[in-house]
Amino acid sequence: MPEIEQRSISVPVASGEERDLFKIQMGPQHPATHGVLKLDLYLDGETIVKCIPDVGFLHRGFEKMAEKKTYAQFLPLTDRLDYIGAMANNVGYCVAVETLLNIEVPLRAQYIRTIVSEMSRIAGHLLWLATHALDIGAMTVFLYCFREREMILDLFEELCGARLTTSYTRLGGVRQDITADFANGLAKFLQVFPAGIEEYETLIDTNRIWLKRTKGVGVITAEQAIQLGFTGPTLRGSGVDYDVRKHRPYCVYDRLDFEVPIGQVGDVYDRYRCRMEELRQSISIIDQCLGQLPPGPIINKDAPDLLMPVTPPRTVGAESTLTSGFISLLQQHAVYMEGDVYVSVEAPKGELGFYFVSDGEGRPYRMHIRSPSYIHIGGLPSLCEGEMVADIIACIGSLDVVLGECDR
Amino acid sequence: MEPMAIARMLETRFPYDVLQVVESRGQMSVVVQRDHIQEICGWLHDSPELMMNHLLDLCGVDYCKKFNAFEVVYNLYSIPLRHMIRIRARIPEDDCWIDSVTPIWRGADWHERECFDLVGIFFRCHPDLRRILLPESWQGHPLRKEYPVQLAPEMEWEGYTELKERARQLRQFDFHRCDIGLNGQAQLATAMAKETCDAGN
Repeated sequence: MPEIEQRSISVPVASGEERDLFKIQMGPQHPATHGVLKLDLYLDGETIVKCIPDVGFLHRGFEKMAEKKTYAQFLPLTDRLDYIGAMANNVGYCVAVETLLNIEVPLRAQYIRTIVSEMSRIAGHLLWLATHALDIGAMTVFLYCFREREMILDLFEELCGARLTTSYTRLGGVRQDITADFANGLAKFLQVFPAGIEEYETLIDTNRIWLKRTKGVGVITAEQAIQLGFTGPTLRGSGVDYDVRKHRPYCVYDRLDFEVPIGQVGDVYDRYRCRMEELRQSISIIDQCLGQLPPGPIINKDAPDLLMPVTPPRTVGAESTLTSGFISLLQQHAVYMEGDVYVSVEAPKGELGFYFVSDGEGRPYRMHIRSPSYIHIGGLPSLCEGEMVADIIACIGSLDVVLGECDR
Repeated sequence: MEPMAIARMLETRFPYDVLQVVESRGQMSVVVQRDHIQEICGWLHDSPELMMNHLLDLCGVDYCKKFNAFEVVYNLYSIPLRHMIRIRARIPEDDCWIDSVTPIWRGADWHERECFDLVGIFFRCHPDLRRILLPESWQGHPLRKEYPVQLAPEMEWEGYTELKERARQLRQFDFHRCDIGLNGQAQLATAMAKETCDAGN
């Protein structure tokens, strides 16, 4: 712990009498907080009486920046939200903008998007499992997870040239078609990965220390979880059947056959089980997508590209082939429509939503990002108050937070 | 239930509060006055036909230049019944407050703090209304339209000014040999590496 200071403050505890509590500042430079999360913990012995999370150390003002950029220009910044699963953010952002601007996406591009968002889910869950297990003390599984995650990152590199900050999707489609190497590599990955999952489970599920540290820790009931606005595996671990892929399908999820794993108790262990089952479902989804992948274009011809001008360009050379594409778009005024829209996707961490207000100017009038990590950290005190101080590490890990997404 | 039907139900239930119903890309927004937002949200949450138990998103929008008002936008969803509605509460510019909905959805706590921090809307009866993403000593609310993207140097946050001053003071200690430039640093590094190499031999 970086800083420990003892103060005699009096916070009324459950028994009614006032006791001196021990205050610990955990973070913002603490390896188990997965970034720059600061927690003010008030302890009575080893029991957490009060937990006050403090966020904002990584605030970069994305929402303000978005108001000064065109829709296409903001896309690379979405990589920096949840930097573990950048592909899922790209897809989410593009789906939202396309709904706002009424852009149609070719079917092949939708299948590719589904594939890459599931791949990013696998990569995200693998990184989560590796670090979460490392935090709790099950160190063996760390490198096994990174071995498979590396395969996914290599595939991303093959697909778009970047491993983490992908910026792969475009408004109206995707940047590049999948190559034969990518398809082969993915098929190979799908072959070896089920054995990998079993390997992790053997390492973890028979580990008595792991079970002791996760079962019955950080319990949250279904009603509480909904009240707090939890989404994703964190909510489903408590037994609530809510998955954006099933409730409001986007891309081609309505054409695929998959199940949503659901926990029962709502403790750290159930959330872990949910994510492990999701890995298996993702394999099945990618497999189905590869089987159904139709031929065709990968980007809508009328889609506005990075060159989309905000102000009408000077009319010089409007006849030329280079510029005629987007000048005709402007003349139709097809892309700049007024209105507001809220669209969300199921990112690895939970429901990632974008709320756009457009006043017809080519830039968002207001954009708000509903990031799952922000809301999950907001609910952290409900999870860990009353638990032991060592369990807070397990609680943070089981929420699967990324501070880049939380602070925006 | 269809979003249009939900909007009609709201209109019949709260005829004096609903200002207008707007449709946009198939999503329905109900614009309401801010005065009875707690009753409206409570009814949406508790009514057995609606059961809006999931607060998807809450954010503030600055419309001051357009019609002298702010809006707080509530995106609501019902997990058991699978329908969605958007409530937009209109707040006059000069009297900028609204009642907190934290008694209805506890998750609204941090949403409202963020809205207070960035847009500057005051939430009455909020349990702990403080800045959240920005430091406590920050001046102004960045997501208001009159707030510039790049602040003038004299308007900068005092913490940042202090930090820059500290960095300037630390330069005199010559940790990184700033005075010799990048080229000089590269030469220094080569020389040091050679020294280490020689010592090893």
